[in-house]
Amino acid sequence: MSPIIAEPPSKDVRDQKHPMEKLLRMDRIPHIWCPTCGLGTTVTALAMAFEELELDLDKVAVVSGIGCTGRVAGYMKVDSFHATHGRAMPYAFGLALARPDMKVIVFSGDGDLASIGGNHFIHAARRNANLTVVCVNNFIYAMTGGQSAPTTPTTAKSSTSPYGTCEHPCNLPLLAGSSGATYVARWTCLHVRRLTKAIKEAINKKGFSFVEVIAPCATLYARLNKLGSGLDLMRFYHENSVIKHGADLNELDIDYQSKIIVGKFVDIEKPTFLDLYNQANKRAFGDKYQPYGGDNGVK
Amino acid sequence: MQADPKNVLTGSHYLDGNHACAEGALAAGCKFFAGYPLTPSTEIAERVARRFPMLGGIFVQMEDELASITAILGASWGGKKTMTCTSGPGFSLMMENFGLGIMTETPFVLVNVQRGGPSTGLPTLPGQADIMQARWGSHGDYEVIALAPDSPQECFEFTIDAFNLSEKYRMPVLLMTDECVGHMTERVVIPEADQIELVERRYTKKKPGEGWPFEHNGSDIPPMLPIGEGYRFHVTGLTHDYRGYPVIDAEAQKWKVEHLMDKVRKHADEIIRYEQEGVEDAEVVVMAYGISSRVVRRAIDQARAEGIKVGLVKLITIWPFAEKLVAELSAKVKSLVMVELNMGQLYYEMERCARGRCKTTLVGHTGGAVHKPEVIYAAIKEAAQ
Repeated sequence: MSPIIAEPPSKDVRDQKHPMEKLLRMDRIPHIWCPTCGLGTTVTALAMAFEELELDLDKVAVVSGIGCTGRVAGYMKVDSFHATHGRAMPYAFGLALARPDMKVIVFSGDGDLASIGGNHFIHAARRNANLTVVCVNNFIYAMTGGQSAPTTPTTAKSSTSPYGTCEHPCNLPLLAGSSGATYVARWTCLHVRRLTKAIKEAINKKGFSFVEVIAPCATLYARLNKLGSGLDLMRFYHENSVIKHGADLNELDIDYQSKIIVGKFVDIEKPTFLDLYNQANKRAFGDKYQPYGGDNGVK
Repeated sequence: MQADPKNVLTGSHYLDGNHACAEGALAAGCKFFAGYPLTPSTEIAERVARRFPMLGGIFVQMEDELASITAILGASWGGKKTMTCTSGPGFSLMMENFGLGIMTETPFVLVNVQRGGPSTGLPTLPGQADIMQARWGSHGDYEVIALAPDSPQECFEFTIDAFNLSEKYRMPVLLMTDECVGHMTERVVIPEADQIELVERRYTKKKPGEGWPFEHNGSDIPPMLPIGEGYRFHVTGLTHDYRGYPVIDAEAQKWKVEHLMDKVRKHADEIIRYEQEGVEDAEVVVMAYGISSRVVRRAIDQARAEGIKVGLVKLITIWPFAEKLVAELSAKVKSLVMVELNMGQLYYEMERCARGRCKTTLVGHTGGAVHKPEVIYAAIKEAAQ
């Protein structure tokens, strides 16, 4: 068990400006996430990616669905949209097509993207929508109180699987890759440097780029499975991660409290939805056709 | 502002209601359409898909209706005028994100070419049984605006009106047509672009950093914020304050929900549209909308020929309901008759507004065909007794 940090921060520390201040809605802080939740470091990785890429933040939009991760959009100081449960993907797709000059990031959880939004996920990847998707996988529905998710490892307990989950979990990189994603990576939220790099690569990637982030849920997943504190869980994930770039997507299943293969698995080039839309119309109408989105048709 | 001539197919055409609806959307400046095939609405999507590329628009066939309506919400915040179309089963699926559109005060147009239900029902035959779903289909309290055309010409005109209303009141607007009107082919006269008045989106005049997305004052319509211009605003389906930040308490709920109701209720007189014929001296007034308002005419003519003083109110907006009109009529007529292709939906609104001041009669129908004029005639005769 790790020690609990009991000392409150000193006044000096409290008076310091947050280094991410210009990227976060400070008027909404403190956020609603639990101590040792993996979302803090994941959001930090996203913010660092924005900074390091020197993005024009006026031209970035974040779209989230519902759940703990769904709240990310509300804390990022960019144009941001908190859609309905599962619908972040089509919302972002519509937005990205309306504004092809903007970088649109979908930032949502495993339940939102893989369960209720699973069909949208498949088809956004199939179309090669020009979206960057960051999926925070904490193996559970946390916002609603710890129910089974499509990612919950077999035998792990949840409030709706009190005797252990009896389903096979989703392999999200395989789902993304086989559906057509151009970039697929997985890291834990403790691989902050590598995760930041992956998010940067994903943002720069033309088409549907996907980053899965394995994150601890102390309040529910760790507690229901008696896995100690959030820090214990975070450390476990980190220590049990095996970096294997280019791993076969079929190998990436995650079993209960066992090895987690992380790395970059897919990095390919292919035309986006908008590229193909413009190509089709060019074929039909010739030079009279003005490409939709002009030079902004690509990211 | 007038329509862009490039978008307007000026001239006299022979079109069905669905194609006319598509032309209305184009004339209104719609530039983004996401849809999923659903009989009997699909021709709208097909025509838009064919016409969009050379008009600078973008059409996407989505994976389902949930995605279709959500994509147009995203595109609407992206600055486009947007539309989707569907019918009964798809309308049911769209209700969740119709509510998101209401809550986030997002303009778009949703066309429901109604067919017989429940469930898969009668894909190729008409119904008008989604009237209450249009009003109450998504959860929570809110008001809606819904228009009901009765001809291809009206499909063209009302689609433009629906876009204008959605921009003016910053909310989704429903066009409730039906299989009969959608597949009926008639002459459609499309005027010159300069004869088509459009309401353009109203954006804040405040500078980035000063403007917020939901700054309304009572029933005022808050201006929208443009995306990508440095406002860095937040939009959520959670109950929120003027900044768009979630606030989960009764006070914020009251502030938001009352606004959603008031912006329609307090502008009801500007929104409500109907036509009246021979109502002045009428003892019986027949109310109808959409395809039913055409079918009733023969019965009314027959009754008049026999000396029965019967008038017609053809509702153009079914929501908000013409409460005042019904209250006034009920005070002076013997009987009000509602003719609709359902087993009583708008009838109960009419009965409520009449408050027992006159007789009320429903001429209902389970759908799949239009009413037989003789059934309506018999109801008029009975109502006149």
